[in-house]
This record gives sequence, structure tokens and C-alpha cells, in this order.
Amino acid sequence: MTKNDTQNSLCKKHIRISDIILKALIFLCSAVVVAMTLGMIIYIAVKGMEGMSWTFLSTPAFSYPYENYGVLGNIINTLYLVVITLLVATPIGVGAAIYLTEYAKQGRLTKIIEFTTETLSGIPSIIYGLFGSVFFYNIFKLNYSILAGALTLSIMVLPTIIRTTQEAIKTVPLGYREGAIGLGAPKWHMIRTVVLPSCIDGILTSVILSIGRIVGESAALIFTAGIASELTSFDSIADVFTKVLNQGGSLTVQLYQYAQRGGSEMKYAFSTALVLLVTVLIINICAKLVAYRVRKKRS
Amino acid sequence: MENENVKISTKNVNLYYGENHALKDINLDIKTNRITAFIGPSGCGKSTYLKSLNRMNDLVPGCRITGSFLLDGEDIYADGVDTNVLRRRIGMVFQKPNPFPMSIYDNVAYGPRVHGIKSKAKLDRIVEESLIGAAVFDEVKDRLHKSALSLSGGQQQRVCIARAIAVQPEVILMDEPTSALDPVSTLKIEELMNTIKDKYTVAIVTHNMQQAARISDYTAFFLVGEMVEYGKTDDIFSRPKDKRTEDYITGRFG
Repeated sequence: MTKNDTQNSLCKKHIRISDIILKALIFLCSAVVVAMTLGMIIYIAVKGMEGMSWTFLSTPAFSYPYENYGVLGNIINTLYLVVITLLVATPIGVGAAIYLTEYAKQGRLTKIIEFTTETLSGIPSIIYGLFGSVFFYNIFKLNYSILAGALTLSIMVLPTIIRTTQEAIKTVPLGYREGAIGLGAPKWHMIRTVVLPSCIDGILTSVILSIGRIVGESAALIFTAGIASELTSFDSIADVFTKVLNQGGSLTVQLYQYAQRGGSEMKYAFSTALVLLVTVLIINICAKLVAYRVRKKRS
Repeated sequence: MENENVKISTKNVNLYYGENHALKDINLDIKTNRITAFIGPSGCGKSTYLKSLNRMNDLVPGCRITGSFLLDGEDIYADGVDTNVLRRRIGMVFQKPNPFPMSIYDNVAYGPRVHGIKSKAKLDRIVEESLIGAAVFDEVKDRLHKSALSLSGGQQQRVCIARAIAVQPEVILMDEPTSALDPVSTLKIEELMNTIKDKYTVAIVTHNMQQAARISDYTAFFLVGEMVEYGKTDDIFSRPKDKRTEDYITGRFG
């Protein structure tokens, strides 16, 4: 047997040391990522369970002179922020994306708008908070209110919605557009019936990403939505709406307060963190389910 | 073939994509209820010409068109022409089957709905007639409410033809409608074209010369933006007047 024969033999498996090392390294990298994530979640869950109780979930936060520790008010405030922000930002964002991709002449102006949106998405959120507190608090006289917070957050998530929707619209095959236009469909009809339904997935993704940012935001909210955590009484339907003009601290803001006071309240910071984690998890699962159902319905 | 009326008359047509002079001085009359085929090598302008007939080139930025286009004597490019009406009268079937991602029924009903038909009974009738007209009804009648994307390529293309005839156009433009299909599907669509020409005027772009010879009444041969020769299909294929046409159809270049 010559040297060549050994090399070409199918039976003998050639194992290279470098392959093994590389494989081990790559495995190690993913193991670190998984371990860190799991570790953090477990740590928060364990620490968070200390202060967790039904009372914690069902009463508003600690307020003098009562000895109450809870997050119910903050959970409700956070839900308010998510709903209002999405109600404001989604139509504007999707509309802007449609304009930019379908109507605007591709040129300098659209380039500038796109560049601006990209820059907007890179601005630290505390700056949105500062701007919101001046613009909505002072100029629009909204004071510290959930509405001021939600409007600030709307500006903050707009770039995400616009860019993601734009990318989704761009993936709609030219054939669909040609087909609709070729049948004599007016442009808006074509967009409404063919383009938007084909990229509903992408729009949903942008909404999911936005929810994540809204729930996780704190810096932009302290100066706008405020830090109040008391529970509003919902005596009439009108209360549901007037609440948006009241101060309302989100879960993250409450977490910040518990953590800042430290000491015996530290465990409540972790409990709040646990509530946040579970909230994000639930929202993600819901969004995935919606996206799955939409996709299933379409195929 | 006497008493032939002209459906679309084009004179001195020039078309530019930016600096590129894509169509040069085309004069061509498309006859009513006949199949007119446009042949020629890739990039010769035949598809461009076809798309200028229902102003699909309006969608292309930097496209400039001069010359006269008359549909039954009416100027297609006049100010104030409603392109939506124009495209209802001159329908189009594309190279790649492009059914919308919705049910077969909704695909065919799309055009009628655009043009304001809402009655369920009326839509049902139009959908059925159009699918029958496009020779695909028997294959899809049991799954009208399933996604059109679940069909084979050939079935999809016939659904697209049904979708085009559902708005009762006068002219149907076909841009290489069989180039993405297998021979069996191609045959079905060719047979279909023969049956629909009683009702419609058909203009078809094809890379396949045998197809042009088999199905068309008239043939125009395009070469680098010029229309070299236009005449009855039999004449073009048996007695071409121009040397370049002869070279192309005998396969000496192209």
C-alpha cells in the first residue's frame, strides 16, 4: 500500500486535532451564553421568590405611612403604557414606512429620512425622557402622566416600527404588485389588499420588538410618566380613560425605586424583576402564537 | 382574414430607459380577435413594447415614451387617462405565475372586486366562468377556498389567466406566459389561447419560435429595439422578407 492509498481509504477516519479544539471552543462559547442567561434567570427567580406573594401581586407599591409592598399599580401602568404607545406608534410607523417605500420618490429626501430614523434609534433613552419632559410636560401641559410617558415612548419605538415594516414591505415580490396593478387596482387598494397582508409577519415582529422596549424602558419614563404607584380606583368607564392623565410609574421604575432604597426592600426589587421577566415571557409567547396563527392562516 | 379591425395602433414609438434607447420607431397595428406574437432575442425590446401597451412602464423610474398609442382610436398616453380603466381593458399575464397569497376564489375575484362588484352571487358566477374560460375549473373546483399558492406552476398560471379574464378585458397581454412551465402545462395554455381569441385580442411575447408559429396569426420580429419585420405568421415563417428574420427563425443566431 502506498501513501496515497492510505489517504484515499474510506474506512479510516481522519481526525484532526485542530477540528477538535475548534469544536470544543465553539461549544464552550454557546455554553457560556446559555449558562449566563439561565444563571441570571435562576438567580432572579430565587431572589425574587423571597418577596413574592399574592399580596405583592395584588397590592400597590409601598407608600407611607402604610407598610405595603406590591406592584399591582405598576403592572397596570405598564399595560397602559404598552397599549397607548402601540396605539399611537403603530399607525404612524406603518404609515411612514408605506410612504417611504411605496410613494416617496427614491432620492435625497428619502435617504435623509431613513438616515434620521436610523439615528433616532441609536439615541440613548434618557435623552427621549429629557425631551419628553420638556415637550409633553411643559409645552403640552400634560404634567407627569401616563400619556406623556406613552407619547415619549412612541417617539422612541417609531424607528423600530418604521425600519422593520420597511424591510418587510420590500420583501413583497414585485409580481404581486404587478399582478394587482395589471388588473387595474388603484395603488392604495393594491397596498391594502396585497402588500400589507403579505408583510403582516414583519409588522407583527416590529410590534413585538417595540413591546419589549416599552416594557423594559425606565430612563425615558421617570421624567414623563412619573413614579407614582398607587392604584387608581376604576369606579366608572370614564376612570379608565382619565387614568392616562395621571402619574403612573412602570414596573421598571418601581424596580429602580426598590433597589435604590435597598436594605430590606432589595428583595422586592428582585420580585419586581421576576414579574418583569414573566411579563416579557408571556408577551413573547402571545406574539409568537399570533404570528404562528397568521402564518398558518396564510399558507 | 379580411375585415380585420385594428385594436391597438402604435406609431413612431420610441422608448428610453434613462440614456438607453430601448425601442426605436416602432409602427405596429394589433388586430382585433387575433393572436399577435412578438419574437426576438433577449433584450430586443419585445417585452418592453408589450408593457408599454397598458402603461406598466409607468412604474419604471426614468422611463420616457414618445409616439402614438391608440386603443380603438383613443390615445392611451393622453393626459387624464385613467390607467386603472386602461388596465381593466388591457389585461396582463406575467412570465412567472404570480397568484396573490390568498385563496383561488379571492384571486379570481380580485379584479371584479376592485371594479366595484360586491354581490356574492355575481362574484361566484364570474369566478366560475373565468376558471372555466381558463380551462382550470375542473382541477380546482373542489378547493376554491384553498390557497392559490398550493397549486402547481401550470395551474397557477391558468388561475392567473382566469384572474385576468375575470375583469373582461378587451386585450390580454402575455409576457412569456409559458417560459416557467413544463411542456404539458405549456400545451394546455396554448390550447387555451386558441379558444380565448374569439373573445379577446391577444398579444404574446415568446422566446419559443415554435410556439409563435403554432398559435399566432401575426408575428413581429424585434431586434435590438427595432421591429425588423411584421406580418402574417405563415409569411414570416415561410417567406421572411428580411435576411435578419430568416437568420433568426432558422436558428442561425439569436
